[in-house]
Amino acid sequence: MRGATHAKWAACAAAAALAATACGGGGGGGNGGGDSGAVLSSSWGDPQNPLEPANTNEVQGGKVLDMIFRGLKRYDPESGEAQNMLAEKIETSDSQNFTVTVKDGWTFSNGEKVTAQSFVDAWNYGASLKNNQRNAYFFAYIDGYEKAHPEDGGKQSADTLSGLKVTGARTFTIKLSQKFSTFPDTLGYPAFAPLPKAFFDDHDAWLKKPVGNGPYQVDNYTRGSQMSLRKWEQYPGDDKAQNGGVDLKVYTDNNTAYTDLMAGNLDLVDDVPAAQLKNVKNDLGDRYINTPAGIIQTLAFPYYDDAWNKSGSEKVRKGLSMAINRKQITDTIFQQTRTPATDWTSPVLGEDGGYKAGLCGEACEYNAEEAKKLVKEGGGLPGGQVKITYNADTGSHKQWVDAVCNSINNALDNDKACVGNPVGTFADFRNQITDRKMSGPFRSGWQMDYPLIQNFLQPLYYTNASSNDGEYSSQKFDDLIDKANGETDTAAAIKSFQQAEEVLRDDMGAIPLWYQNGSAGYSDRLSNVKLNPFSVPVYNEIKVG
Amino acid sequence: MGRYVVRRLLQMIPVFIGATLLIFLMVNVMGDPIAGLCGDRECDPATAAQLRHEFGLDQPVWRQYVTYMGNVFTGDFGTAFNGQPVTELMGTAFPVTIRLTVVAIVFEIVVGIVLGVVTGLRRGRPVDTGVLLLTLVVISVPTFVTGLLLQLLLGVKWGWINPAVSSAAPLDELIVPGLVLASVSLAYVTRLTRTSIAENRRSDYVRTAIAKGLPRHRVITRHLLRNSLIPVVTFIGTDIGALMGGAIVTERIFNIHGVGYQLYQGILRQNTQTVVGFVTVLVLVFLVANLVVDLLYAVLDPRIRYA
Amino acid sequence: MPEPRQEPHEPERAVAGTGMGATMDLGTSEAATLEQPPGPDGTNPHERPRSLWTDAWHDLRRNPVFIISALVILFLVVISLWPSLIASGSPLKCDLAKAQEGSQPGHPFGFNGQGCDVYTRTVYGARTSVAVGILATLGVALLGSVLGGLAGFFGGAGDAVLSRITDVFFAIPVVLGGLVLLSVITSNTVWPVIGFIVLLGWPQISRIARGSVITAKQNDYVQAARALGASNSRLLLRHIAPNAIAPVIVVATIALGTYISLEATLSFLGVGLKPPSVSWGIDISAAAPYVRNAPHALLWPSGALAVTVLAFIMLGDAVRDALDPKLR
Repeated sequence: MRGATHAKWAACAAAAALAATACGGGGGGGNGGGDSGAVLSSSWGDPQNPLEPANTNEVQGGKVLDMIFRGLKRYDPESGEAQNMLAEKIETSDSQNFTVTVKDGWTFSNGEKVTAQSFVDAWNYGASLKNNQRNAYFFAYIDGYEKAHPEDGGKQSADTLSGLKVTGARTFTIKLSQKFSTFPDTLGYPAFAPLPKAFFDDHDAWLKKPVGNGPYQVDNYTRGSQMSLRKWEQYPGDDKAQNGGVDLKVYTDNNTAYTDLMAGNLDLVDDVPAAQLKNVKNDLGDRYINTPAGIIQTLAFPYYDDAWNKSGSEKVRKGLSMAINRKQITDTIFQQTRTPATDWTSPVLGEDGGYKAGLCGEACEYNAEEAKKLVKEGGGLPGGQVKITYNADTGSHKQWVDAVCNSINNALDNDKACVGNPVGTFADFRNQITDRKMSGPFRSGWQMDYPLIQNFLQPLYYTNASSNDGEYSSQKFDDLIDKANGETDTAAAIKSFQQAEEVLRDDMGAIPLWYQNGSAGYSDRLSNVKLNPFSVPVYNEIKVG
Repeated sequence: MGRYVVRRLLQMIPVFIGATLLIFLMVNVMGDPIAGLCGDRECDPATAAQLRHEFGLDQPVWRQYVTYMGNVFTGDFGTAFNGQPVTELMGTAFPVTIRLTVVAIVFEIVVGIVLGVVTGLRRGRPVDTGVLLLTLVVISVPTFVTGLLLQLLLGVKWGWINPAVSSAAPLDELIVPGLVLASVSLAYVTRLTRTSIAENRRSDYVRTAIAKGLPRHRVITRHLLRNSLIPVVTFIGTDIGALMGGAIVTERIFNIHGVGYQLYQGILRQNTQTVVGFVTVLVLVFLVANLVVDLLYAVLDPRIRYA
Repeated sequence: MPEPRQEPHEPERAVAGTGMGATMDLGTSEAATLEQPPGPDGTNPHERPRSLWTDAWHDLRRNPVFIISALVILFLVVISLWPSLIASGSPLKCDLAKAQEGSQPGHPFGFNGQGCDVYTRTVYGARTSVAVGILATLGVALLGSVLGGLAGFFGGAGDAVLSRITDVFFAIPVVLGGLVLLSVITSNTVWPVIGFIVLLGWPQISRIARGSVITAKQNDYVQAARALGASNSRLLLRHIAPNAIAPVIVVATIALGTYISLEATLSFLGVGLKPPSVSWGIDISAAAPYVRNAPHALLWPSGALAVTVLAFIMLGDAVRDALDPKLR
């Protein structure tokens, strides 16, 4: 969401954010049945970056941060609503200057008190360019960011953010560079977690064995192989761990992890491979969950390539969209762990949050005849063939890209209308996208940072937005987004966002494919297994035994 | 002998430099690794530039290579993108792969040579034809098919083994992966021993030994086997390096956190430092193994003398 | 007819390099025993060189292993050239509604996970596999024997440099090289894969060619021809090459099978051929995760691959037996 201008309207959770309500981690399910001392094992992937809060931008590292850290806010594991965690209150009168009061009684697992300073130090560290934090842009709204993190290649002239001031042991103020009323709602992101002194005093030691303030503490960490987390008995929050701990085991291949689950060597797999989905009912019975997550998969187009950006192109794109039999693919390849998309957001937002089923209309419904007609009217496929580019190293991308291509080929009655174009590594895939080398549609997945409709539209389709990889640009769309961000009324804002989405639909700016669910399978030792809207298991609520 | 070893060691230097340079260039061809570090979005340019600078990626390739090799000689193999020193990765990965390789080599030696001797002594008999056919089948089926099938049958259907190896990777869990890793070489060892035994069986010294009335097992173990094993030892020795580096597929299937896994991960993330570091060590292992084999050759065959 | 084991001309000849990785070790090792070329190396010097080939052909014609494998290969070559002879559909025609269905009339092998006809794809897959095998082997044999032969013939500094270069290539694990080099290739033809195999495969042949040229060079009749003033090129082409080529042919035939297998492994790792190429490697790797639900989709292409590799290896075996006088 870097570069996004700021929604002035109050999001659904803003009221809750301002009220000093008790933190609701959703735990507290009692201790009935289940051995609170037993440890479970769970599949894991090797985190790509060092495990620092502001340096972790993928789910695997995020899993750990979610266990060992608690920030000012926490997204409710079920509704995704931002709720106060360590924040006693976050007050503002002008949506630009915020005063944060941290709750009393919180400590890190090494005994150090969590104070206002813990937050300010952590955020300053995260924002400072010299620390190479991948998520530094989360602090971009705070005053003084451009000095601590010059974007233009200039020299860094400040180590700290001038917008952050500690005013007491438990209070600090945040000054933003612009108004941004929902800013408090973004504070549930792990980048905003507090850090203990130990992090700065002996950084290497901390990385070897991170210390946080969450319900678990790291017991043992063999990088690239396994991390043992144990319940932190003195954890002051309400969402105490209901089990004795979690052993995260690294698997290179989620198929192996699933095999291990079946063999009884693993308790929880939070990414069931597509190939095994057909067997889960048989293998696991009801020990399988399939929950909507804030992830949408789309096909983006290279608008910097004239072949895809001329009059009539929108008909070709719409035709391609209609040539994809989404239901058949989600049923067959994904066994209903994905749902055909009918808009550009996600059902986890809820109707009130801006999700609107069927917004895409017939353009997202399979219709071979119409598809053929539209592609023909639009001047045919550029070069006679579309190549869908994707990275072949992770996920089950090959399966669905092949299926999408077969569907297009069948609809257009041409064996060679569409081919998949696998790129060996994710890094290379990203490079080709960044260098604007795409010659046709490419895989684009978006996992929300926080559950707001703005997060599904603006970073992806606003002119020159940070994740607008295809360089989609529409004055009408931009104006509507600006208008939405200026609204103070939630409903009105959402309406504007949806109007922008309609502009996107009429251009078929990107082809929405499906909403991705989180899926997980678990052993019969476990109960109360849930996935949060970010498709991460809610470990602290799992009961063992 | 001493002079020969010195000459061989000197010859290793250009090979070592060539091999590391080659892999260095190959990994560099893969392009800029930084883009992959920021998930599904563009890295912010300032951080990306900073990271590039920190990993030395903003330097010309030759300078990167020189700097890297200079560091290697001081024992610094660089840092992986997750902030971990590569030497630390090696410390966890190599013991696992060495165990796996040992299991594989034991299979090659015990099973391969026994089968080879049996078939070599019984050329043309049904047991010979059967084993020969079996080795051909083993060679023709790709390792990953064998591995996946064994994992499915032994690990899931019948539950004899754990389908994945735990992170400690004890020897007993490595038996099946070791067998899979060894399978193709095993077939070669069998065939090689067979040919060699069959050939030497008709040689004069074996006939002499038999004529002297020596007991059969003594003829086989002392005379026949010792001479027949020379090419086999050569093969197994040079196979060590190949096994350690070639375990990418096996380690992936059985989730073994060894060298192959680190290399695979390193390549996917275009982590030059990890890949080059591991390959450097593998190249050294390969070169040393070759030298040892050549020296062993002299020990086994007294007719060979190195000047 | 026992012959004295020769001392290696240079000790490093004893190194049967295996840098091509465990899956590709093929005949390298066996080549160690082969490096003493089976040609007219003193056992029957009065015969003309050609007799080796006549003898070999004579042997091969009677060898059932040779006949069977040659027939299988002939069949494979024919369907590679004209797959439509035995498969009528298009391998790219897939209907997801039929995904993973088993055998049914008109579709004897059933359907794969994408609903493509497994029979048609298996037939069409032969083309790429055979093309990769044959073209890569040709490239490897040509490059390897020319470089190795020249180095062996002239010796000296060029030879030393070449020996070191082959060592460099041997030292790099083949699967690793494939992952690194092929992961950046975007072309969806077979050429990158072939080029890669040639690049990493030639040192193996070069080493063998070099060894056998060195041995052949010392034969009396070569010395005689040299004494009579024959030019280097005449010596190489007329006298040495015909006698030194046998081990190269043997190793190359066996290697051919392993190259086909290597292509499948590369596809399994996601860096092999790319769609819309149809190859057994692609199909095997796509079917592997689905083995529990649709084993037939894995079985048929794997079976076809195994039979093909087997045929080439058996052919190589038979040729070696025929060309290796020690085993006669």
